[in-house]
Amino acid sequence: MTFFAQLLQQIVNGLALGSIYALISLGYTMVYGIVRLINFAHGDLLTIGAFIAYFCLVALGITPLTLTIAILLAMAVTPLFGYALERFAYRPLRDAPRINSLITAIGASILIENGLRVVPFIGTEFRRFPTMTTAQWILMQSTDEFGQLIKVTISQTQLLVFFVAALLMGVLVLIVDRTKTGKAMRATSFDMKAAALMGINVNRIVSFTFLLGSSLAAAAGVLFALSYPQIEPYMGIMPGLKAFVAAVLGGIGSIPGAMLGGLILGLAETLTKGFISSQLSDAVVFLILIVILMFRPSGLLGKAVKEKV
Amino acid sequence: MKTSTRFWLLASSILVSLAVLTFLVHYRLIDRYLSRLLMLGAIQSIIALSLNLITGFTGQLSLGQAGFVGIGAYTTAIFTTQGWPFPLALIPSVGFAALAGFLVAWPSLRLRGDYLAIMTLGFGEIIRSLIINLGDLTGGASGFKDIPGFHADGDINRSIGFLWIFLSFILVTVLITNLIRSSHGRAILSVREDEIAARAMGVDIRRVKIGAFALSAALAGWGGALQAPFLNYLAPTSYDFLKSVDIVVILVLGGMGSITGTILAAFGLTLLQEWLRFLGDYRMVIYPLLMILMMLFRPQGLMGGREWSLWNLIARLGGKNREVRHG
Repeated sequence: MTFFAQLLQQIVNGLALGSIYALISLGYTMVYGIVRLINFAHGDLLTIGAFIAYFCLVALGITPLTLTIAILLAMAVTPLFGYALERFAYRPLRDAPRINSLITAIGASILIENGLRVVPFIGTEFRRFPTMTTAQWILMQSTDEFGQLIKVTISQTQLLVFFVAALLMGVLVLIVDRTKTGKAMRATSFDMKAAALMGINVNRIVSFTFLLGSSLAAAAGVLFALSYPQIEPYMGIMPGLKAFVAAVLGGIGSIPGAMLGGLILGLAETLTKGFISSQLSDAVVFLILIVILMFRPSGLLGKAVKEKV
Repeated sequence: MKTSTRFWLLASSILVSLAVLTFLVHYRLIDRYLSRLLMLGAIQSIIALSLNLITGFTGQLSLGQAGFVGIGAYTTAIFTTQGWPFPLALIPSVGFAALAGFLVAWPSLRLRGDYLAIMTLGFGEIIRSLIINLGDLTGGASGFKDIPGFHADGDINRSIGFLWIFLSFILVTVLITNLIRSSHGRAILSVREDEIAARAMGVDIRRVKIGAFALSAALAGWGGALQAPFLNYLAPTSYDFLKSVDIVVILVLGGMGSITGTILAAFGLTLLQEWLRFLGDYRMVIYPLLMILMMLFRPQGLMGGREWSLWNLIARLGGKNREVRHG
């Protein structure tokens, strides 16, 4: 019973973390799907989002209303950075060798991280992210053989994470599947040149994809900061890398794949933390990456692409 | 000039200048500060050259090079603390790093481009996380302290260290230069240029890639092995993703596939880091900015696959024009 309760608790935690990863990895997957570029700076957009929300919440005080405002503000402002990144760093290199744009992306990532560190009002220190005192709902409770109470709980923050993540993913799927812009996005990712010949403004679609992805990353950043209330300029590196692993796991370029990959990765991480070792969770995540790349490089839900000679 | 005359002239002038430099360092005619910077630059050159082999010449972007460096550094630290002399500890250090390179090469055969880069990144992170987790062996997150130097006596330690580091630097440079000029080197370059065409010409791509990965990792481990007695302290943060990127920056700046370019960039960036100290934290913004600007405006690097060569300079002054080109 103890084991089962612990397992259940870790699954709840894992799904909450996994939904955040899923939100981030959607940005990776959409960008990769369209311009075939691993946007290394994507994790840093998460940091920017978290800092925007931080300053907003510090200024306004934290209530459910200001939290909503903070999330919306982060989702509205962060995309400007994503747009600038695409416009000035990635677009000039779109036809250059892939290794060049990859290196540029890494450079952009470090530029944002270190840039934030030298900005006087951000700096290098760790800051406490404002949180509300939240209630814990008990999902299940029992007593173990020593008569101690075991509870499986879900916090309001976790519920908020589930709710916001599900809402945003729903909106994203609607945009991609049902709108004309979404159709153009799918066409561009299928074949950029052919899409351009069909009269789609490819540059606009790529920019739109970056805006959408950055916005999701910003929301994920706020949710991440609420769950682990400590923020600093390097905070985005690890979630960013893990979300990328999630995107590869689900099949890069596939939107349902990114969601599935995010959830699996969140579960893998919390289960490792809960049952094996909290220190080894990073190693497990990257081991998953290597195993999936070895046996199924196209990911769980991705389509295998045959190489043409 | 005859090739053999050139060889002896070059070899003897290198050895003489090494001896003179070591003499100057030993009698403190080159001060402590400058000699440390030179040694740092030489170690960085070795590490950057190891990356150049796999990324610049073989065309496989590795984002986990710092992991191999870490294996070399920690292995040396562990063995020398056990009382092994440095030259003996060098053997398992290079060996383990090569083994790790071999392990990475295996899955990497099926991957290319971005996926390969990500896999090497993952591998590097696994090594870092193992270093943190094997606390009994490596000192864990707080680092490996009190690593013995090259020699117990401080003064001798410095000159012996200088000799070891520069001898290694020369050996690695000669090794890579000669490898690239050999038939193996042409096979390596052909894999970078066009894998399919290379396979059609009978190049065994698996062997080339595995060999290049293992050798690159071994050389990175060698560079790491020199760090342990030189720094006397190792921290796991020195072998994370950001450090791997630092090595890529050197390569990008110097020009992928240029040996002299890599060496110039490694020494240049090490010195620049010191000269720009007055900028404080703003230094940290300069490197990534440099990286992006290089990619945008001069993606081939400062040297762009060309080699700087004394003989060419002499030849050009003499009116003849011959260049060594790898790229």
